[in-house]
Amino acid sequence: MPGNDVVISIKDMVKEFPTASGTPARVLDGVTLDVQRGETLVIMGGSGCGKSTMLNCLIGEYEISQGRILYQTKEMDKPGDIAQMSEVKLNQVRKRIGILFQSGALFNSMTVAENVALPLQEHSEVDDAVIDVVVTMKLQQVKMLPHRDKMPAQLSGGQKKRAGLARATALDPEILFYDEPSAGLDPVTSAAIDELMMDLSKKLNVTSVVVTHEMDSAFRIADRMVMLEKGRVLSIGPRSQFESIRDAAPESLKTVDERLINQFLNGSSEGPLTDAEGMSEFEKLIGVQ
Amino acid sequence: MSDSPAPRGEGRAGLHSAVELIGRTAARRWGDVHEQVSYIGALAILVKLTLIWCWRGLLGSQVRFRWNALLDQLVRVGVRAIPIVVLVEVFIGIILALQMAPTLASYGQLEKVADIIAIAIVRELGPLLTAIVLSGFAGASIAAEMGSMVESEEVKALRAHALNPYHFLVVPRFLATVIALVGLSVVADVVGVFGGLLTSVLVLDVSFWGYIDATQAALSLQDYLTGLFKAGVFGVLISMIACHEGLSVRGGAEGVGRATTSTVVKCIVALIGTDAVFTAMFYVWGI
Ligand SMILES: Nc1ncnc2c1ncn2[C@@H]1O[C@H](COP(=O)(O)OP(=O)(O)OP(=O)(O)O)[C@@H](O)[C@H]1O
Ligand SMILES: [Mg+2]
Repeated sequence: MPGNDVVISIKDMVKEFPTASGTPARVLDGVTLDVQRGETLVIMGGSGCGKSTMLNCLIGEYEISQGRILYQTKEMDKPGDIAQMSEVKLNQVRKRIGILFQSGALFNSMTVAENVALPLQEHSEVDDAVIDVVVTMKLQQVKMLPHRDKMPAQLSGGQKKRAGLARATALDPEILFYDEPSAGLDPVTSAAIDELMMDLSKKLNVTSVVVTHEMDSAFRIADRMVMLEKGRVLSIGPRSQFESIRDAAPESLKTVDERLINQFLNGSSEGPLTDAEGMSEFEKLIGVQ
Repeated sequence: MSDSPAPRGEGRAGLHSAVELIGRTAARRWGDVHEQVSYIGALAILVKLTLIWCWRGLLGSQVRFRWNALLDQLVRVGVRAIPIVVLVEVFIGIILALQMAPTLASYGQLEKVADIIAIAIVRELGPLLTAIVLSGFAGASIAAEMGSMVESEEVKALRAHALNPYHFLVVPRFLATVIALVGLSVVADVVGVFGGLLTSVLVLDVSFWGYIDATQAALSLQDYLTGLFKAGVFGVLISMIACHEGLSVRGGAEGVGRATTSTVVKCIVALIGTDAVFTAMFYVWGI
């Protein structure tokens, strides 16, 4: 039932950054996609193609240049455009979403436990004893309980990320955004994080939007996948569609897009992704028109 | 213009380039002015937002006021600055006494040294020097701290959790700096006068009680109040400039460094400029 239970509907989203030269740099160039309730949508794409920028737009951190981002959380009776919302309304939406930043983004002046407790203290009415129980539970989930009283500076990169995940889930959000959750984690912890993400989405019906470069992880968790390229949606579809492109022989694929996705998913150094840039550089070098 | 007709083209070009030069210079100056005005505008907006969030935190019911954060900041900005403020002001008292003594002695008015020191410190040097010390001591550290928070995405994370950075970060630093500066100015007044007293009694042979009496006679309540009022305004300036510089950091560690330096420079210019305006106003109004 597409369109019926859409949580986030992105229409023609354009994001430009001003540059010194005056012509703005267009990082997102008309992205249109819907996120269904309860699904796990994986966003892929080369480094610098605008994935983090897209997440920043989705959480209202960046103002988009054109287009619309409509949210339909459970407490909203009709979809609302976050670009048009007042700060108060936007914060209502933000309380329903959690985000794990690429760097963890912990509050450096607080301990791990205080980081997780902060959203609870500020946004819920429960007393400190209850908050303490919730914090313990959330830290247990990401196996960070032994580090609860450490400061962020005393944590490794992976530990920061896990603590960030505990904080993102503190308020039991409806929607979770993950910016490269498994980058820099060992395979076992990474698999554990994947398990946790799947748990959250299956048991609590959390909608997840995941940016990742780890293909194993992506194919483990995804219901649907999106491939971004130069700020546009190159392809979007169920996991099976991407699996079949991945497993096909490059020669058997008909379109350039498919060959490009095939190359990306397999991480091979030969293919349209490298050809386009490689050739033009080469051509420039030898002066071919 | 001379009678002999100048070669037309060249004359035109000369005039042209002169006009162009004036135009360009004006445009550049205007650009500077524009920049200054927009900086002041940005500060004014920050002050407005900060006051709104102070109001909401202290009197509203939606948000809890973060007393702990305020206390932390008070310790950091105020308490830790006490030793250096004491040191600076004692020296200033000593310096003033020694500088004034020869001139006053030549008029046979050496006991007036107490009056001069009292007025100079309480109305002027107590608040101003404390503020300058605090620009380096607290302003720079607030800017660096906020700047690195921006860089490590902490500020973004606050907003993403529907937590307002003004409420969380700016309000405690603002209130702490204002309260600390007023408090430290009182300390500065006392130790500054004490420095003068010490020198006068030990070096200039002024009598202890004579000095105390003269100080009391010289000072009125107004002197204290204008001094402390200025201290409050200086606190607003330092905290707002530091928070503004910190929150607008771009470009990594280098950006943080730049923000720190420019905070100190801008604070000192703003402090002395504001002080001049206030002193002129108090002079005209006779207070
Ligand atoms: N604040 C900004 N101002 C100007 N340009 C920016 C800004 N943020 C990102 N960009 C540019 O936008 C592009 C996309 O950046 P983004 O961080 O979204 O990439 P990404 O897809 O997340 O890459 P990665 O996989 O390496 O994290 C980059 O070319 C970057 O230079
Ligand atoms: Mg990124």
